[in-house]
Amino acid sequence: MQKGRDCGHPYIPNAAPEIKAKMLQAIGVPDVETLYQEVPEELRLKEKLKLPRPFPSEHALKKHVKGLLSQNQTCEDYLSFLGGGCWQHYIPAVCDEIISRAEFLTAYGGTPYSTFGRMQAQFEFQSLMGELVGMDVVSEGSYSWGTVAGNAVRMAARMTGRHAVLMPRTVAPERLATIRTFCASVSEANRISIELVDYEPETGLMDLADLKKKISADTAAVYFENPTFLGSIESQGEEISEIAHAAGAESIVGVDPISLGVVAPPSDYDADIVVGSAQPLGVHMNYGGGAFGFIASRDEEKYVAEYPSWLISIAPTAREGEYGFGFTRFERTSYIGRDKAKDFLGTGAGLWTIGAAVYMALMGPEGFRKIGETIIQRAHYAIDSLSRLDGVKVVFPSNAFKEFVVNFDATGTTVQAIHQALRGYKIFGGLDLSKDFPELGHSALYCVTEVHSREDIDRLIHGLKEVVGK
Amino acid sequence: MNRLPKVREFHSPVWSEPIIMEMGSKGARGILVPETEEEIQAQVGEAGSYIPPKMRRKATPQLPEVAQPQVLRHYLHLSQMCLGMETNIDAEGTATMKYSPKVNEALARLPGMTAIHPCQDEDTVQGILAIIYSLDLFLREISGMDQFTFQPPGGSMATYTHACILRAYHGQRGQDAQRDEIITTIFSHPCNAATPATAGFKVITLMPAQDGYPDFGALQAALCERTAGLMITNPEDTGIYNPRIREFTDAVHAAGGLCFYDQANANGILGITRAKEAGFDACHFNLHKTFASPHGSFGPGCAAYGVREELAKYLPKPVVTYDGQKYHLDYERPDSIGKVREFHGNIPAVLRAYAWIMSLGSEGLLEVARTAVMNNNYLSKMLERIKGTVRYYAPGKYRLEQTRWSWEKLTADTGVSTLDIQRRMVDYGLQSFFMSHHPWIVPEPFTPEFCESYSIDDMEYWAAVLKQISDEAYTNPEIVKTSPHKAPIHLVSYDALDDPAKWAITWRAYLKKKGRSILE
Repeated sequence: MQKGRDCGHPYIPNAAPEIKAKMLQAIGVPDVETLYQEVPEELRLKEKLKLPRPFPSEHALKKHVKGLLSQNQTCEDYLSFLGGGCWQHYIPAVCDEIISRAEFLTAYGGTPYSTFGRMQAQFEFQSLMGELVGMDVVSEGSYSWGTVAGNAVRMAARMTGRHAVLMPRTVAPERLATIRTFCASVSEANRISIELVDYEPETGLMDLADLKKKISADTAAVYFENPTFLGSIESQGEEISEIAHAAGAESIVGVDPISLGVVAPPSDYDADIVVGSAQPLGVHMNYGGGAFGFIASRDEEKYVAEYPSWLISIAPTAREGEYGFGFTRFERTSYIGRDKAKDFLGTGAGLWTIGAAVYMALMGPEGFRKIGETIIQRAHYAIDSLSRLDGVKVVFPSNAFKEFVVNFDATGTTVQAIHQALRGYKIFGGLDLSKDFPELGHSALYCVTEVHSREDIDRLIHGLKEVVGK
Repeated sequence: MNRLPKVREFHSPVWSEPIIMEMGSKGARGILVPETEEEIQAQVGEAGSYIPPKMRRKATPQLPEVAQPQVLRHYLHLSQMCLGMETNIDAEGTATMKYSPKVNEALARLPGMTAIHPCQDEDTVQGILAIIYSLDLFLREISGMDQFTFQPPGGSMATYTHACILRAYHGQRGQDAQRDEIITTIFSHPCNAATPATAGFKVITLMPAQDGYPDFGALQAALCERTAGLMITNPEDTGIYNPRIREFTDAVHAAGGLCFYDQANANGILGITRAKEAGFDACHFNLHKTFASPHGSFGPGCAAYGVREELAKYLPKPVVTYDGQKYHLDYERPDSIGKVREFHGNIPAVLRAYAWIMSLGSEGLLEVARTAVMNNNYLSKMLERIKGTVRYYAPGKYRLEQTRWSWEKLTADTGVSTLDIQRRMVDYGLQSFFMSHHPWIVPEPFTPEFCESYSIDDMEYWAAVLKQISDEAYTNPEIVKTSPHKAPIHLVSYDALDDPAKWAITWRAYLKKKGRSILE
């Protein structure tokens, strides 16, 4: 089929001249051009698109793109302590194997019959996550923690008819910016105002006195996170939920589910809606592309009615004992409801949902317990070791899960300068907080997970000692 | 035209897999996780001592305990019961199911992509920033827009981004309260109605004219001093291209509104016509559709959203810039709408789209468009000969993408519906066709789309299966109505899905409800 300069492109089987001629004859047109007769002449592009010459072979293309990617310094080449909403955890090989399967990778919507396997895997994600967060309803994966937090706040506003949400000042800046987008509205009647609640300077936890002061009859929800963005386990969940409920507001909790083998699930402290990121569960960072979120709640009609998401339910089939699946209350979604729907739905994070299901299945209760313990112990080993360095201070050391704030004020050096120097040791320091949290001075959010061995942490300590000692 | 090929025997794997929650046994492990070193244990003590007592997990999560080979086998079985695009002939219309080149997958799995963190310093990620910036430039050329963002992780999020930008644009001009109406058409994707509504706009949905084309008179009647903008697709859901599009955009501009072009699917017009010349102020492309990133069982997607220069200052932050030597992430954007999602977007999709364009070039893109349009019209020729089909609207006009068909005649003749046929296709190993977005203006709809990846043999085979099902409908309708018969499962009883007493969205809910029904 491929001859001379007319050869077909490997991605375009019918481009070969013989085939084209045959098809055009069948359609009854002299050329492809005729098929475009609906596009008016004045809208037609008169010139070729100005794009680079394509690579003449797959080999050349691969070499070029690999060359570009090799200019990135990765968290495999470097020892990285970056977290803050995108975390480096170990990805079991089985997770990558499953999400690489063409059947899952290249399926789209289909039907409960044609893509049965993906629906079961996604139902399993909902089921496994339900056990971790202690809730009976869990959505399929969606865009990100920030977007699902925005959805959850809007759910609460619709349920209560109220227009304000309270959340701690420690919410991640990127997440808060996303939530702000979801709370804005052209129509004043639908705008949700966000009020930030102070945190206690000693612990980083929510200042309950400030919460009580700010909560009102217009508060739709109190949203808080566990662990907080600054890393501490929020121990006042029960009190926060109680204050919210007493005011007739919903309690919404954002979680990092990898903590839930050892930390209490939000259902234990009376959360009404749970959201979070499932990226830690078996999904690569992908420069932030691995981010994805989920929503969960109790199994009550008033909550289910407000989800914008896919909710896959198990259902019987014509064959006794066979499991089928379908979407619950699909008319909620924008695919049916259009402008009357609950927010909007679209292509989300199906493949990551499947990857996270595999991860949770592999881990089991023991895996989640173990990983939680390993992370906490290593994080606290790092906290301990860092605290011994001259001029370095860990700000909220006691309740950290995997992240913690490291302050460098007493070194007389900026975070930027320290991190620049650390790169000489092939180390990426933590996330610089000095702009977003100026009250914390020259501080950075360091993240330690199960991928950081004792040696790795010692390497950081050694590097920092030299850098700040200079 | 050839006679249609013989339909092959097929049967899906049926593994009757248990739910993962039912599997395994106590003590089984799927993966070993790193354990804390003894020295660390000795130094820091118990992990639990760092968790405030009331925050310690008391009840163990009821997760299954399954060893690795069994977890792997379970999910491999589930994958075998899923028709991926690459394992069959998948013509789901409006979705642009095309081949996602394997070399791009191999590239997207390199650590230079997977193992970079979104908050790394710019100078440690120059390679990926170069790719993002280059794709921005390519898409500027393809659309005529002046700058793109890749932050929206799907098409709906791109239309939402546009609604937010429109809110900022009119808001800054002090017209926020006044310009609060968005106009769309019923044959535009539903997100063009849903997302502006989420952003607080009132939405006016135009019905088509008798001939199926968007109704210019209806647009004129809807325009007023409250009009914030128009958000539409073209070709629409029906595959019909609106040749008067420039009159539409001119009229909206004259009324003070802006025009957004939903180009989630732009496969038929790459290199043929652009958003700019049609008078649009903004547009988006789904990289997981037109630009060959895989659909991933409904995501992760990535939408490239682009705007004219006047709107560029509102784009979500950061955007990637280039100073001639180095690439930068520009966060200093005071007029930006902020964020629509954390970080920079689903960048693996950006990488794949970049590689796809670099494998085709401008002539290749044009060939993609021309071949896709030829394929779709060739398919029409075959489908019109199948008993019971009706191609809706615009007789004699060619379609530039998918095509909206109806089985209303077949349904009237036989009682077999498009839903029945959709299920029956699975018995022949084909992905079910896409029917239509809602509401169904066209009765008993189906909407095939064959993009450039399919061979003439593929298309003839697909038509042969539809012909076979049509024949069955006329001779043995029960077999279609009770289908599927060779799928992983049988006909689902949907009553349970909407009944709070019966729906079960997690296994734990299923156990509770099942237990209750036994007690009753």
